Amino acid sequence: MIYDFSLFFREIIIKVKFFYSLLIKILFNLQKKFPSIIYGDSMKRRDFIDKTFKAGFLAASAIPLTNLAYPVYAGTGVLQKEKFLKTKYDLVAVKGGEPVPMFDKAIESLGGMKAFVKKNQTVVVKPNIGWDVVPEKAANTNPLLVNRIIRQCFDAGAKDVYVFDHTCDVQNRCYANSGIEKAAKDAGAKVVTGANESYYHEVRIKGAKVLKTAKIHELILESDVFINVPILKHHGSSGLTISMKNLMGIVWDRWFWHQNDLHQCIADCALYRKPDLNIIDAYFVMKKNGPRGISRDDVVEMKSQIVTTDILAGEIAAAKLFGADPDEIPYIKMADELKIGTKDLTKLSINRIKM
Amino acid sequence: MKGFLSKLFQKKRGFRLSDLKKLRVFVSLFIFLLTAFLFLSFDPDSKFVKSLSGYILFLQFVPSAVKFFYLFALASIGFIVVIVLTILFGRVYCSTICPLGTLQDIIGFLSKKINKKKYYGFSKPHNILRYSILSATLISLIAGFIILLNLLDPYSNFGKIFTLLIKPVLITLNNLAASSLENLNLYIIDPAEFKGIQWLGIIYPVIFLAVVGWLSFKYGRLFCNTICPVGALLGFISKFSFYKISAESESCRGCRLCERACKAGCIDKNNKEIDFTRCVGCYNCFTVCPKDKIRFVRAKPKEIKPRSISSIDNSKRNFIKNSVGSLFSLAGFSLIQIIPKKESKIPVYRSYPVSPPGSKSLEHFTDTCTACHLCVSACPTQVLQPSFLEYGFLGILQPVMDYKTSFCNFECTVCTEICPTGAILPLRLEKKKLTQLGKAKFVKENCVVFTENTACGACSEHCPTKAVKMIPYVPENNPLLKNLHLPEVNDEYCTGCGACEYACPTKPYKSIYVEGNPVHLAAKQPPKEKIEEEIDYREDFPF
Repeated sequence: MIYDFSLFFREIIIKVKFFYSLLIKILFNLQKKFPSIIYGDSMKRRDFIDKTFKAGFLAASAIPLTNLAYPVYAGTGVLQKEKFLKTKYDLVAVKGGEPVPMFDKAIESLGGMKAFVKKNQTVVVKPNIGWDVVPEKAANTNPLLVNRIIRQCFDAGAKDVYVFDHTCDVQNRCYANSGIEKAAKDAGAKVVTGANESYYHEVRIKGAKVLKTAKIHELILESDVFINVPILKHHGSSGLTISMKNLMGIVWDRWFWHQNDLHQCIADCALYRKPDLNIIDAYFVMKKNGPRGISRDDVVEMKSQIVTTDILAGEIAAAKLFGADPDEIPYIKMADELKIGTKDLTKLSINRIKM
Repeated sequence: MKGFLSKLFQKKRGFRLSDLKKLRVFVSLFIFLLTAFLFLSFDPDSKFVKSLSGYILFLQFVPSAVKFFYLFALASIGFIVVIVLTILFGRVYCSTICPLGTLQDIIGFLSKKINKKKYYGFSKPHNILRYSILSATLISLIAGFIILLNLLDPYSNFGKIFTLLIKPVLITLNNLAASSLENLNLYIIDPAEFKGIQWLGIIYPVIFLAVVGWLSFKYGRLFCNTICPVGALLGFISKFSFYKISAESESCRGCRLCERACKAGCIDKNNKEIDFTRCVGCYNCFTVCPKDKIRFVRAKPKEIKPRSISSIDNSKRNFIKNSVGSLFSLAGFSLIQIIPKKESKIPVYRSYPVSPPGSKSLEHFTDTCTACHLCVSACPTQVLQPSFLEYGFLGILQPVMDYKTSFCNFECTVCTEICPTGAILPLRLEKKKLTQLGKAKFVKENCVVFTENTACGACSEHCPTKAVKMIPYVPENNPLLKNLHLPEVNDEYCTGCGACEYACPTKPYKSIYVEGNPVHLAAKQPPKEKIEEEIDYREDFPF
């Protein structure tokens, strides 16, 4: 009952591009082997420059087109470089300061942003920008924190920093009213849309129980470093939303999750690509009526932050900070079964900072 | 500058009538482009677009008249300005202000480019047809049905064509450009979100565009002089214009250049007459006349010409016959109003459709909306979609809140700010947040939590007022399951925004839906409870 021009045309274009790139490849190889076929025998110097330039341009333009034609992101092993970062601590918890100084302290104790971002790497920062509300209502990640993270990435030598989220409310308004678009652009990051299906590519998730395939945003698939910046808040469906629930914003089809055992899907999705760094914003914390909240009255000023490389440990620490029992939340148990991280915090080295 | 001015004065050229065409082309293109921009803008949320709509649509005849008569909105006197212009100089509106008129002129211009030998000629008036369409439209309006205006009004149809046909193409092109750039890791162009449009909704604009395009390609402004009710009304008024275009017959050589240039086909050189009621005011005749013999003259008292009595009688009879006939047929339509049915495993009826916020009631909305689709184009979430039979046959194409496509943004009032006809009245944001368009209804038997015993809660998650809450639930067949929550609706706080219905993942039938309020109600302010929690930042971490 619904027609969507863009989808229809995209399919056609993808096919055209595929054949086009094939043709270019054939021509390119032919030209290498038998230059006379294309250029003729008597080729003057100027002609040669002109024609090679044109051929080179065509070939160059074909390369990105072939990438588009079939972006096959099969399996997790190819892209997911398991990094065993040697940091002094597995988890840093900070309390009592403003978001920016807290983050500076935390990242410093982990060895600075340089431990995570190498020179000329691309970074994707994925905050929670789900709702069209102002920052004080604490439904979205604190924009100051996002700004600081991006600046730190650039200081560490990052080539590009991208920011996106697949929002629940209409995207333009979420990006603008959360203050994150401005904060990110001020810091020099590129704010990319998450509202277009063509940016999401089908992947297989190894070891998943329910969410065996998912369409995941290409920035997550392609970027060298993945920094997850959720906000800790109450959630009507999953109990709490922290790092793992925040990953719902990197996939296209959210309905599938709700329809097919939400908790299992949350756990499964974390299998695909674990964030290199999770920075949990708990400065303003929504204690009830989550995840959208009704008013400022739902929010408590907790002035805390958790920075960790272990997504599950961060989940448990944040839940305890919130005042909830992690064992009561089904997806944490499921994530532990899938061995996504460490459930027992006593096994980790934790740095606790009070400011 | 000085030289230029002195040149002007030296020549004593002044403003000639033959310059009128240039002025007309300039003004009409200005209005056309701005109106098109209004309908095609990707960011209707911007202040510029919102304020532009107020100015640029002020002179549009039908929206302004509807707002004036239905809402007694005395400020919307754009149509009076048009009538005054018509009484002075004839149908200035048709070639200058009407965007559909300009669209037809553009098509006519192209047809001349394609066929260089093409010229127009005098055509006989279709007075019976045009006046009966006009009277049928007026009578049906008085009887309370806006459908004929809806289907025939030039401005509203221009809006339909641009919103439903041209904007999707533009978005597609934009997204193609964005996706090719994105492959080079350039994120310069933002792809625009496009949720698709019900194909039933585009049938009419396609037919309309085909008919108008064909007519204007072949016969110039035939549409304006046979079908368009605004053209007929202004044509009737222009019978009494103070200044009329006429050809000075004594010195006319009869070269027929004016007749060939007239796209309305109203210059009859055989009888040396100009049918001013059909003149659309394009002023092409001024420019082509080699002797400058065509000009505006003060209308003289009309000479009574001998006419055959029978023709007068016939037209009158036809007029009455047609209008009465159409009135009855309309009354007939209203009896077979179709109530849309919502399919579900458990039979569910949406007995009333949901009309946009600010429209007060279904009755007000369906009475005053001319389906120009400016709100459809402007809605940031695209929840406003052209209806098919949701409002019944008579409300065809009027925008309806389509919660399968999207939902109404809680913090947004764009549609209320731009509606030119007053079908959607302005609402302050604070008031809009407490306006209840409909009530959410929960169908437990379809819900994932009930059927699968797995957690969901998408509806409650999206609910901006928490009218949908999750309450602990223990399934009867599996009492050991913990941590399950089932939605519960408290419709006092529900605004009918449809977020729950949109978010609900069950297929093909939703397990929560919004039942429209025939008259919009006030929702209660959600309860506020401040969390009393003292936090000691010196306290140790709980881990």
